[in-house]
Amino acid sequence: MSRVTLQVNGKQVSVVVEPRTLLVELLRDKLQLTGTHVGCDTSHCGACVVHVGGRSVKSCTMLAVEADGATVTTIEGLAQGGKLHPMQESFHQHHALQCGFCTPGMIMSAIELVETRPHADEHETREWLEGNFCRCTGYHNIVKAILSCRDAMREKSA
Amino acid sequence: MRDFQFHRPSTVAEALHLLRQASAGKLLGGGQSLLPVLKLDMAEPSDLVSLSGVTELRGIRTEGNQLIIGAFTTHAEVAASAEVRAKIPSLARLADGIGDPQVRNRGTLGGSLAHADPAADYPAAVLGLSATVHTDRRTVPADRFFTGLFETALEPDEILTAVRFTIPQRAAYAKFASHASRYAVVGVMVAQYPGGVRVGVTGAGPSAFRWTAAESALTARFAPESLAGLTYPADDLTSTPEATADYRAHLLPIMTKRAVQTALG
Ligand SMILES: Cc1cc2nc3c(=O)[nH]c(=O)nc-3n(C[C@H](O)[C@H](O)[C@H](O)COP(=O)(O)OP(=O)(O)OC[C@H]3O[C@@H](n4cnc5c(N)ncnc54)[C@H](O)[C@@H]3O)c2cc1C
Ligand code: FES
Ligand code: FES
Repeated sequence: MSRVTLQVNGKQVSVVVEPRTLLVELLRDKLQLTGTHVGCDTSHCGACVVHVGGRSVKSCTMLAVEADGATVTTIEGLAQGGKLHPMQESFHQHHALQCGFCTPGMIMSAIELVETRPHADEHETREWLEGNFCRCTGYHNIVKAILSCRDAMREKSA
Repeated sequence: MRDFQFHRPSTVAEALHLLRQASAGKLLGGGQSLLPVLKLDMAEPSDLVSLSGVTELRGIRTEGNQLIIGAFTTHAEVAASAEVRAKIPSLARLADGIGDPQVRNRGTLGGSLAHADPAADYPAAVLGLSATVHTDRRTVPADRFFTGLFETALEPDEILTAVRFTIPQRAAYAKFASHASRYAVVGVMVAQYPGGVRVGVTGAGPSAFRWTAAESALTARFAPESLAGLTYPADDLTSTPEATADYRAHLLPIMTKRAVQTALG
């Protein structure tokens, strides 16, 4: 067994896990943060995307022990003081989800895009979503929501 | 997934020691190939030795006409590096086209080369950009590194430490990506040097190779027209339900031409 100490959504946590425990298992089973989903066995679907050290990663393809000392943000950590994150708000506004299974991963992935590539156009946005599968929406409203959130964030910083 | 002992050393020497102590030890890079394999129980290591704490395996620098990239440098770091973009922009673009953003944030150069997936992108760059592969104990020229399907010249207890790419006059990578995975169905790195042109090919065969006939034609004259009529025997290429050997043979000259066109700007 190994002890893992990390910061999750602003809180310091320390848990003992088997070395084979995946980060997503630590989040869902040990910390009850079930907003992060598991949609596949093959590292393809992106339902499990969280931020580790500010970068998006597939939490099903990272060992929990590798997150020792890291700062992790999940979908549960986005809203501040009862107010949705602008990306969550934008997904809501643009009806960017149907069943909602892919949404947590989509949003975590989209936030890294607007933070690291604020000038990404529609094409680049679609390419960025390469690792996030959605079985329901056809991606159209997801892309609309991301571009609209990007514009709003740009206006705010201008 | 079977359980294992986990180690996170901070030096190459320590990593080597841990690897040798283990009954069936394995190195862990970014985990983007190894973890999917472990999840399927296709490997059952007794010990995983993570390289994530080994700082000497990170970083990018230039020495004369060579660009040196540490083995534990992620695809995203290579793609975003000002140094790589200035010295070998085609290599930055290749890294930016690997898988998806999350794979690029974790996956590393060393892991990709050690894994030697026949459809991985970096092998085309290692061959095309006249690289040498550095390990804890020796230097392996690109032409001797890839030895077969998922096979390399690395010993089981050998750590890939860095890759030295030779900065070309110009170069470009063209890939026909699998629609499902973004791996290369056929990927071609064309690079022009004062001494001649190199053409590194991935995806097409069981392991990456150089297309020497195209190299001679392009060395004579660096233009897409030089490839007219040039074909590659389909017998040596891979057939999968996604792409037959004939189709890959058809794609090879097309992707090579595209790379030449892009390199010419
Ligand atoms: C959904 C998905 C899509 C992908 N698409 C692409 C793609 O389009 N193109 C592409 O090229 N790749 C693709 N990949 C693979 C990706 O690039 C991996 O990052 C890479 O193959 C392995 O690198 P890693 O650092 O994750 O290594 P790991 O998975 O940690 O290790 C892989 C192997 O290398 C060994 N190893 C790791 N580091 C070293 C070292 N320094 N010295 C010696 N041995 C070492 C390990 O023991 C293991 O055997 C994809 C992966 C996924 C999950
Ligand atoms: S659960 Fe599908 S990629 Fe992680
Ligand atoms: S909304 Fe159902 S999978 Fe995306």
